[in-house]
Amino acid sequence: MRTPLDLTLREAAQALEDRHLSARELCQACLDRCANVDWKVKAFLHLDRTAVIEEAQAADRRRAAGNPLTPFDGVPLAIKDNISVAGQPCTCASRILKGYTAPYDATVVRRLRQAGFIPFGRTNMDEFAMGSSTENSSSGPTANPWNAECVPGGSSGGSAAAVAAREVPAALGSDTGGSIRQPASFCGVVGLKPTYGLVSRYGLVAFASSLDQIGPITRTVEDAAILLDLICGHDPLDSTSLPGHHGGFAAGLSAAHARGLRLGVPREYFEVEGLTPEVRQAVTGAAQALQDLGAELVDVSLPHLNYAVATYYIIATAEASANLARFDGIRYGFRDPDAANLLETYRFSRANGFGDEVKRRIILGTYVLSSGYYDAYYLRAQKVRSLIRQDFTRAFEQCDLILSPSAPTPAFRRGAITDPLAMYLADVYTISVNLAGICGLSVPCGFDATALPIGLQFLGPALGEAKLLQTAHLYEQHSGCARKLPKL
Amino acid sequence: MPSVPDVTKIDVRYIADLARIKLTDEEAARYGAQLNAVLAYVAQLRELEVAAIEPMAHATPLLNVMRDDQAGAVLPRDKVLANAPVTADERYIRVPPVIAEDEG
Repeated sequence: MRTPLDLTLREAAQALEDRHLSARELCQACLDRCANVDWKVKAFLHLDRTAVIEEAQAADRRRAAGNPLTPFDGVPLAIKDNISVAGQPCTCASRILKGYTAPYDATVVRRLRQAGFIPFGRTNMDEFAMGSSTENSSSGPTANPWNAECVPGGSSGGSAAAVAAREVPAALGSDTGGSIRQPASFCGVVGLKPTYGLVSRYGLVAFASSLDQIGPITRTVEDAAILLDLICGHDPLDSTSLPGHHGGFAAGLSAAHARGLRLGVPREYFEVEGLTPEVRQAVTGAAQALQDLGAELVDVSLPHLNYAVATYYIIATAEASANLARFDGIRYGFRDPDAANLLETYRFSRANGFGDEVKRRIILGTYVLSSGYYDAYYLRAQKVRSLIRQDFTRAFEQCDLILSPSAPTPAFRRGAITDPLAMYLADVYTISVNLAGICGLSVPCGFDATALPIGLQFLGPALGEAKLLQTAHLYEQHSGCARKLPKL
Repeated sequence: MPSVPDVTKIDVRYIADLARIKLTDEEAARYGAQLNAVLAYVAQLRELEVAAIEPMAHATPLLNVMRDDQAGAVLPRDKVLANAPVTADERYIRVPPVIAEDEG
C-alpha cells in the first residue's frame, strides 16, 4: 500500500487537494520517518519539528478556507545547509559557522515559501560543499540509504539521501562541480544542475561564484521540473541572474518525444580510466533504449574532457580562497578564545574552524592567485575553460543533448578514497558542465550487482532545460528505475 | 612555452600565512605533500597551446549589471549583532586589540 511517504510532489499536491491527506499528516509522516531512519542515514543536521507542524497546520487552515497558496501548500522540502532559511542554522557543515542563524531567506527559499512549501530541516553536506562523499562534514558522514557502508556522494549527500530514504519528498542542493548530480546518481534519485544564472544564488553561501548553482533533488523528473519552475527567474539581488522570462518546464513535459532527437555520445567519456563495466553497460543500455524510442545517436567529441578536473581545481579553489576570506572570527561564527590579538584571531579561528579539505583548497587557491603564479595557473585555467566551453558549443551544433555517465562508479565505501586528488577524479563527468555554464541532469538508469544505483547524465546547452527535462522524463517513464526503493 | 614555476616548491607555510590560517607542523607536511600531488596533476594544462585563447572568467555574458543608486532595506542591527561572537553596548562588534598593548 502506498503511504504519504511514497508520494511525489505532484501526487502529494493532488492528495492534498482531494482532502485524502492533510499537510499535517504529510509532515507528521515525514517527521516519523526521520525518527525511524535518520539515526542510520544521518541526512539531517537540524530539524525543528515544532516549526514544521505549525507551518503544516497553517497550510491546512488556508486550504480549509479555500485559499491555499498553490497546490503545493504544506508540502515539506529539505534544504541543504548552505542555503539560508531565516531563523534556522546555516553552518555549511562547518565548525566555523557553528551557532550561526540565517537572518534572511535565500531567494529560492522565499519563492518556495510563497508557493507554500515548508522548509524541512537542514541537510548534511561536505564542509562548504567541498567534497564528493559528504565525509568532509564537521558533524560526521551521511550514509547511503541503499547501503549504509557506502557514501551518498557529495557534496549534497544529505539532500540526496533524505529523498532516497523517503524522509522527505524533495530537497534543494547546490552544484559547483557535480554536487547535485553525483549524489543523485549514488542515491538513485533525480538531480538537476540548472544553467548558470537561471536560478538566483542570493542566500547561497558562496564557494566558487562563477560555478555555483542551486537545483532540485527529487524522486521524479517531473518533480524536478515543478521545483525549477518555482525557483528559476531573474533576481535583482544576484547580479549574475539571467534576465528574461523562464519556466513552463513541468507543463512542457507532456510534449516529450524522442523522434528526431539527436543524442550526442561523446567518445572520450567512455574512455575514462576508472569507468566501471557495469556503469558503462547501464549507460550504453540507456542510449540503446532511447534509440529504440526514436532518438538518433550521434558520435561527438569533447576533446578537452581530460583537462576539466585540473581546470576546475584551479578556478574553484581560487574563487573559494576569496569567498571564504569572510570567515575570520569577527562578525559571525566561531572565534578562537585563545587569540591575543586581531591577527591571531584570524589565524586561530580559521585554523580551528575549517576542516582539512577547506584549508587545503584555500591554500591552493591562494597559491594559484599569488604573484608569480597567477599566469601559469589561474590565467591558463581560464583559457582552458574557454576551450572546454568551445567543445560543448561545437558538440551542440551536431546534437540536441549529450548522454554520459553521471559518475564513473556507483557509490563507493566510506573511507575508501582518502587521497584528495583521487576524490577529485570522481567528478570527471560533472565538472565540465559547471565550467561551461550549461545544464545537466542525473536520472537513475540501473543498478550494479550489489544493488547500488547507477545514474545517467543528460547534458543540455545553456537554457536547454525544456528539452533536457522532457527527454529525461521520457527515459524515466521507459526505464522504471525510479520505482525501486532502498530497504532501510 | 612560458616559464613555469617549479611545482615541487610550494611553500605551504608561507601561503597559509597569506590566507591567515595557522598550520601545525603535521598539517604543513601533510598538506604540502597532498598539494604537490595536485599541482603535479594540474601541470597537464601546460600541454595545451593557449596563447591565442581568450580567458573565460564567467559563464554568462552579463557585464556591469547596475541597479539604481537608492538605499534599500538592510538587516536590523540586532539581527546582525545576534550572530557576532562578542558584542559591546548592543551596537558594536568587539574585536581583540590590533596592536598588542606591550608594543604600545
